[in-house]
Formats: sequence, structure tokens, C-alpha cells
Amino acid sequence: MKVTDKDVAYVADLANLELTSEERARLLRDLNSILDYVNQLNELDTSNVQPMAQVLHRYSDESQKGVENFVYASRDDIHESLRKSLARKVALANAPETDGTFFRVPKVIER
Amino acid sequence: MNLSSLTINAARSAVQEGKTTAAALAEACYAKIESDDPQIGAYLTLAKDRAFAKAAEIDVLAAKGEKLPPLGGVPVGIKDVMVTRDARTTAGSKILGNYVPPYDCTAVARLEAAGAVVLGKTNCDEFAMGSSNENSAWRPVHNPRDLSRVPGGSSGGSAAAVAADMAVVALGSDTGGSIRQPASFCGVVGLMPTYGRVSRYGLIAFASSLDHIGPLSKTVTDAAIVLRTIAGRDPMDSTSADVPVPDYVAELGKPVRGLKIGVPKEYFGEGLDAEVQMAVETAIQKLAALGCEIISLSLPHTKYAISTYYIVATAEASSNLARYDAVRYGFRAKGAHTLSEMYKRSRDQGFGTEVKRRIMLGTYALSAGYYDAYYLKAQKVRALLAQDFEEAFKKVDAIVTPTSPTAAFKLGEKVDDPLAMYLADIYTVTADLAGIPGISIPCGETKEELPIGLQILGKHFDETTILRIAHAYEQARNA
Repeated sequence: MKVTDKDVAYVADLANLELTSEERARLLRDLNSILDYVNQLNELDTSNVQPMAQVLHRYSDESQKGVENFVYASRDDIHESLRKSLARKVALANAPETDGTFFRVPKVIER
Repeated sequence: MNLSSLTINAARSAVQEGKTTAAALAEACYAKIESDDPQIGAYLTLAKDRAFAKAAEIDVLAAKGEKLPPLGGVPVGIKDVMVTRDARTTAGSKILGNYVPPYDCTAVARLEAAGAVVLGKTNCDEFAMGSSNENSAWRPVHNPRDLSRVPGGSSGGSAAAVAADMAVVALGSDTGGSIRQPASFCGVVGLMPTYGRVSRYGLIAFASSLDHIGPLSKTVTDAAIVLRTIAGRDPMDSTSADVPVPDYVAELGKPVRGLKIGVPKEYFGEGLDAEVQMAVETAIQKLAALGCEIISLSLPHTKYAISTYYIVATAEASSNLARYDAVRYGFRAKGAHTLSEMYKRSRDQGFGTEVKRRIMLGTYALSAGYYDAYYLKAQKVRALLAQDFEEAFKKVDAIVTPTSPTAAFKLGEKVDDPLAMYLADIYTVTADLAGIPGISIPCGETKEELPIGLQILGKHFDETTILRIAHAYEQARNA
């Protein structure tokens, strides 16, 4: 699969990156080079293989012979108001722009 | 007494017995940082107030003759991908250049609860993406053993800090080899625990199914002490495993005679430097002399590991880094008139080249029309790689390999060829994909006196065995 300029522009849009033209050119080259290499995965017949998204998924399945039975850490459901949350001032402390109550951003909805 | 070159127990005992103070230990490390770090670049932020406050706490206990906690007074460095409350945390990136976290990473909190003195935040590749610490947005790190060379990455700052006596131990993170490879390049011990052994709460996420926190240290015992302190279930991380934490230190001295050690032929082929091969083979002979049974085996899908890793990791990264949107924290570009402009401009200006390369690759691999061909395919090959290890561990207790195909390379040598840089991770990524633990320990030097690392891989939650083997080898080598 050869990546085109149009693909790079499309993916940059999905990733919310405003690339410069030098960046677009370099990425076109790099993506093609890397994807060319990873194509080797097609040498393998994986039609009967279950995908492994997560280490613990594979090993908490009883039918798998894992070394340990992975059990996830969990915590009790707690009603929201009983669990501490960040104080507003603390939550806003790193904000690039704030009015003291909200995070301020440029206009979201075009009228 | 060279205060900053002590191990954990030596440092703690010295404070307990009144031979020195925790404040003096911290001062010794800060003095070393002041004199040597301008050339090395291991630290990004120093947390002197926090360090001396903790040291004072420990010194009060010691003065009263009370028993100090296990890391009482021990100076530690924390990789800048782990959040530290009220201390600037950047993940090596300009996009978090002024970020001051309101909370502590669980692993950091556990170290401090055990008496550790956090000196500051160590330098790293941006968002932990890199194998040389040349991708830090701030400055590269230089290998203390040869300043013209890289320390490895992405935990280059942590490895260099320990190697240069600018900390007794440090925490690093490992997603594709980022604890083990810099440990190997800098001549220190680096331990990556089983996935889920240590909570990832407070670790700025790169790839959530591959990220691990672990120690870099001068000795295997120190790595075991730190692991015992930071491991264990954490309700704040739902992928942290509810599996009991053994006393790794107590198990260290047990004999290794009779343990079966696998040597996979795929890790000794093309691309492996001759000097590294010789050092590792000599180390394996030493293990045999200690009574281990050496068994040759095959991990047949090894050659597909890099491809698998660079699809899975970048896909997960593209998702994890979507949160840097200039809204609640982080860099915001000036002059954006719409929300979309603000997102796109802030991210392009705030992220470095390698980060953007990986976000693009990951986004592409997940996009409609390509998801099956890349991401799903990679997840299936990941299963095959995990299966290779399952089969191997039916026959052996541990697997031994070189940590890296070469010793530390020169700064600038691989920056223009991303693929060449990626291929250097070949011996380390497999463990991250399978979720198994691995340790790198020094096993020799090249004729240019560059450190060489021996990697020991183990079964899930069997850090005990790999630590025991590593310790036995370390003792035999120093004998």
C-alpha cells in the first residue's frame, strides 16, 4: 500500500495536526518506509488466531494455560458525592485560559 | 564515604546508625548534579524543597533511634513521565512545559511512603518515544560512560543519573525496552516487571497495553527492594493485577542450581555485534558453571516483533495523546480563531517530530479501511509472539539474551533514519508484547569500554526467578 499526499493530509486532519509542508513531505517518506517494512506481517497466516488486545485478556481466560490467573484490580461503586474530587481551583490551575469557573476556548458552534 | 555511590541498604544503614544524615545524602547527590549534570543532562527539574522536607522527616526518626522505613533517606530520581504533585512534569515535551500535576503517581507515592527522598525529575524521550533520549524536547542526555554517546532511551535520564551517582536508584518506564536498553547502555541494572505488577496510575500514558514502571539501580538487590515497595494492586489502575507481592529480597540468595535457562537462536543472528555476542555467551557459560541447565530453543515469530510493536504501540499512542488538546492543560498556540485551529496548531507546535510521526502512523493504522490490515493483524501476531513464550516456558524457567544488538551508539548516528532506530529494539519489544518480566544486568564491556547488557526474561509474575538468576550472576561476576 503506497501512502499518498492526500492520505497524509487526511490522517493529519484525523489526528488534529496542522502540519507544515516540510513535515508533510517528511512524513510521506517516513510513513511509506515504515509501512513497507511492516508489510512483512502479511507473510503470516493468522486466519485462526484470536487477536490479543491486552495481556490480561489472554491470561484471565480459563481455557488458556497462563502462569497466573490474572485478576483485575477493582473498587466498589461509590455514589459520586461521596468520593473526593479535585477542588475547582486546583482543576483550573493548569488551564491555558479560564474565567475562574470554566476552561475558555474559541467559539465551538458556528452560527 | 562516597555518599552518592551507596546502595539502598548501605545508605539507609548509614543514616540509621548516625554515620550520616538523609540531608547529607541528598546534598551529596545535588552536588554531583551541579558538577556533572551540565555535561550529562540527566535531570529536567530538581525538587529541592520536597527532597529536604522528606530528608528532615527521616533525620528526625533516625535521631530518635526509631527504625527507618526500607528506603529511609535514599535519594531517588523519577522519570518525567510520572506525575509528581506540585512538581513540574513535562513527559520530556514542550506541550506539557508548564504542567504542574495535582497528584502523585502511585509508584512515587509508595516510594516516598517507604522513606525515599525524591531529588527531581529525570530527562527522557518525549512521551517515552525513543531509544536514545535524543527526542527530549529539552536537551539530549549524554552517556556518563562516554559523553559522545547516547545513554539509550527512553529512560536515558534515569539510567544516566544512577550510573553517574546522581541518584541511588531511579524509576523508569518501559514500553518497548525503555528501562532495559538504557540500563544496558549505561552499565546499570534495569528491571521491567510483569505487565500489571506495578500500577500505571500517574504514569503519563504512551501505549496502555505495553507501558510498565520499573527501577533502574546499581545492584540487583536494589531493584528487588524497589519492586517490593512499588508492586501490588492499586484500585486506581484497573489493569493492576490482584496478585500477592512476594518478598523479592528474601528470595534472592536461593540457589540457581538446576534452573533451566533457554537461549533462543533468533536473538543471536544477523545484526548482533560480535563483542556483545561474546560477552553474552561468556555470561551464559558462567550461568552453566553455577549449575543452570542451558537449553537451546526457538522463538519463531521474533522477526515480526518490531512490525507488531510499531503498529500496536503507535495506534495506542495516537489515542492516548488525543487528550493534549490545549483545553484543560498544556501548551496552547496563540492566534487560533476557531476550536479546530486551536487543536491543530497547538498540537503541531507542541509535539516534537518523533511524537508526530508515531501519532500519524498510529492514526493511519486505525483509520477506516486500514484497521483490519494493520491494527487487527498486529494484534493477531502479538498473540503468536505471546504463544512463542508460552511454549518456551513449558521447557525452561527463564530465557537469556543480549539486551541490545550493540553497545551505546554515537549521538546523532541514527536520528535521520527512524526505521534503523526502531530496529535497535528487536531484543526488548517481545517482552512488552507478551507482558512478561525482564531484567538487564551488566555483563561486560566492549574494547572501547562501553557497557554490555545481559537480558533475563521470565514467566508472568515470576520476577523472583529472574532476580535470583541475575543476583547469582552478579555475585559470581564480582567474586
